[in-house]
Amino acid sequence: MTEDTLFELLHSEVVHYALQNDERSNQDEDLSIIEYIGFSVGYRIIERLTKDMSRFKDELDTMKFICTDFWSAVYKKQIDNLRTNHQGVYVLQDNSFRFLTKISNGKQYLEAASKYVAFTCGVIRGSLSNLNISCLVTAEVQNMPSCKFHIQVQRT
Amino acid sequence: MAVCVAIIGKDNAPKFFACANPEEELNFQYKVLSSLDIVEEKLNPTVKTSTADLRELYLGMLYSLETHKIYGYVTNTKIKIIIIVDSTNTSLRDNEIKSMFKKIHSEYADVVCNPFYIPGEPITSKSFAMNIKSIMLQA
Repeated sequence: MTEDTLFELLHSEVVHYALQNDERSNQDEDLSIIEYIGFSVGYRIIERLTKDMSRFKDELDTMKFICTDFWSAVYKKQIDNLRTNHQGVYVLQDNSFRFLTKISNGKQYLEAASKYVAFTCGVIRGSLSNLNISCLVTAEVQNMPSCKFHIQVQRT
Repeated sequence: MAVCVAIIGKDNAPKFFACANPEEELNFQYKVLSSLDIVEEKLNPTVKTSTADLRELYLGMLYSLETHKIYGYVTNTKIKIIIIVDSTNTSLRDNEIKSMFKKIHSEYADVVCNPFYIPGEPITSKSFAMNIKSIMLQA
């Protein structure tokens, strides 16, 4: 349990640290730093997580891996809902996203939520990029602990 | 024991190369690079040449020459690992080759998780080279 808490605390410190300079200059929040940290983490960790897996059949197979094994390794639970249009758009829904469960449920902090999902967007993008799927990942928070990640695969 | 181990990146650029005998390195590089075509062929699902299971990371023997046998392994992240063994060495079984690949893959995963290593660059870590050498000698 302790390491779980540590990870959450470290994450919130990273968010705080990355946005520190922003607050002083009073500009729009620059989440790209956090997103990039996530990308780098995702790119590296996927090598270890897929080590003992068999080869993925296709894109959907890879997404299923992200929803189950990958999500439980990072967030200790699985994705609650995965939807796709079979044309490269995937929506992953987590009903109690780990980084948001510690924040009050009301509408009060809804604006702040985007800071806490940027890292995860990066992690997803990084892991998929190392698995040779280049994509855009955006997050959407409507009701506090639940969060939707939209993955748009870019085909060339 | 293996005479050569090579790690080839996503873009087919060599990342790491280890040889038991440094004098033969150029010769082995040539063998490794030519075996990449067979790796591509095996990974391509439209060409049904191999009966082996596509979902297995271990590709089995790529081809055998008079003097050497060449084995291949491709990770989920499309990193290719090639091992060359001497043909005269008949004591090596398929299982042993497979476990050698697994060990090398573990070492590789450790290198990638090292924050000082930039993904995509050739691997220059000395401890990695030492570990690979010991894996080569073990089997």
